[in-house]
Amino acid sequence: MLVEGIKSRPIYHPLEPKPGSRHLFVADAEGAEAILELAGKTPEGFWDKARILYIPRSSAGKGYEDRLQALTSFPLYVGPTIAAAIPRLTKELADANMGTQIYLAGTEGLVGQAMIVALEAGVDQGSIQREHRGSEARRVQCVHCKGITEEVTTQPVKCSHCGLMLLVRDHYSRRIGAFQGVCIDAEQPGTAPEPEEAFL
Amino acid sequence: MITKSADKTPKIEVEVTHIQQVSDIIKRFTFTPVDGAPLPVFGGGAHIVVEMPDGDIIRRNPYSLVSKPGTTENYQISVRRDDVGRGGSLYMHNSLHIGDHLLVSHPVNLFHIDRRARKHLLIAGGIGITPFLAMMAELEDESANFELHLSARTDGAFLDELRGLYGSKGSFYRDDHNEVIPLNEILTGQPLGTHVYVCGPTGMLEWVLRTAEEAGWPSQNVHYERFLAPPTGLPYEVNLATSGITVNVGGHQSMLEAIEAAGVAAPYLCRGGACGQCETRVLSYDGELLHNDHFLTEEEHASGTKIMPCVSRFQGRELVLER
Repeated sequence: MLVEGIKSRPIYHPLEPKPGSRHLFVADAEGAEAILELAGKTPEGFWDKARILYIPRSSAGKGYEDRLQALTSFPLYVGPTIAAAIPRLTKELADANMGTQIYLAGTEGLVGQAMIVALEAGVDQGSIQREHRGSEARRVQCVHCKGITEEVTTQPVKCSHCGLMLLVRDHYSRRIGAFQGVCIDAEQPGTAPEPEEAFL
Repeated sequence: MITKSADKTPKIEVEVTHIQQVSDIIKRFTFTPVDGAPLPVFGGGAHIVVEMPDGDIIRRNPYSLVSKPGTTENYQISVRRDDVGRGGSLYMHNSLHIGDHLLVSHPVNLFHIDRRARKHLLIAGGIGITPFLAMMAELEDESANFELHLSARTDGAFLDELRGLYGSKGSFYRDDHNEVIPLNEILTGQPLGTHVYVCGPTGMLEWVLRTAEEAGWPSQNVHYERFLAPPTGLPYEVNLATSGITVNVGGHQSMLEAIEAAGVAAPYLCRGGACGQCETRVLSYDGELLHNDHFLTEEEHASGTKIMPCVSRFQGRELVLER
């Protein structure tokens, strides 16, 4: 059902250590694995300058917090939800100087929403490292009512705001950090196919 | 008297209406359009190519516009006299007088302000201040946050003017007082979202680019302008396949200049190895391509299939270009 080759579809790469005066990590759930793997490649002194903001979400209780905290002497920030962690990230960036490297890892929802904050802080998108780990669940904006539905795993999906059945596209908005969902049965309402698990 | 050339780039005929001696080696020229029509508008960082009919050759050199962006009555450029250069600046200093007519190109901007920046950090060495004169006028108008660090030989050119205009936004370093830009401190103390712009001699440029990279500045936030004067070398021949002629390139001439002198129209914009406009396909060669541009990638240089005739040269038996 997905149209191939849509250019706005974000592309992710494994995190790489870069020179910097400070290293700011934002990760959720299994994004912790990306940071722990990076730790095997970092030069001497790297973690003394690192701060990590982590939102365990579906990985709560798997012990990632302790392993991340072991990397750096700065206290690990552990947030209950992405929304709750955003003001903290905004503050970190407001206080940051040039030379701060930004590393995002985890679900596309986390990466996309942290990107918005970084872009608003004046960071160029090309200089932000992003690695996707864990769930394929998508954050979807209904193009009709503009409401955002989180944690979408099915295709199509019912808009949690206006109730239309939406085809989840690869078309991605960097500005709002969400994929676009378009009504799938507009010509003949009620003829939408049964939702199937598509983004696990 | 204006000499017509094969060059098809649109030109504007201007008259030299003012010449100001800025320092012992820098002059500021004011060009006013002969037809009285408003000149094309330009933004800070733009340059024009000035065409100089010097004896039987036509010199074309790029110079940054130093007048206030938005001005359409005249263009101003500042030229540093280079006594050991190829002669363009000497022509401007010694042969150009008030009332003379010249052809200049439309403005081209390869060094514009990035308006996404939260703050603009301008670093200049010597005559490298020129693009920043126009940029700062624009930034000041927009009440943008900026600071200038200028390193110069002595207390001469522009310093008094800049102190008066920009006060504490400018920091000045004199070579004759052994003052050095505290680059590391400046680069590490900037707020997130700052963009740095550099213009100056090659050594300084490379110092700033390297230090910024080591300090963790992403390449997206680093802007620079480096016009290379075409390097001199041994004379050689170029075979232009499309035109069906062979051209001799003199030791003090660039390949582009030789092609133009032969009456063949070739595209160009910056004439300094920066913009990519004059990129030409190499059909075959037996010898060595002496690449001097900083537009093509290393792989493209190594491929032997492209050359930038504005600054690059050739050494060997035969070079055939698709031109």
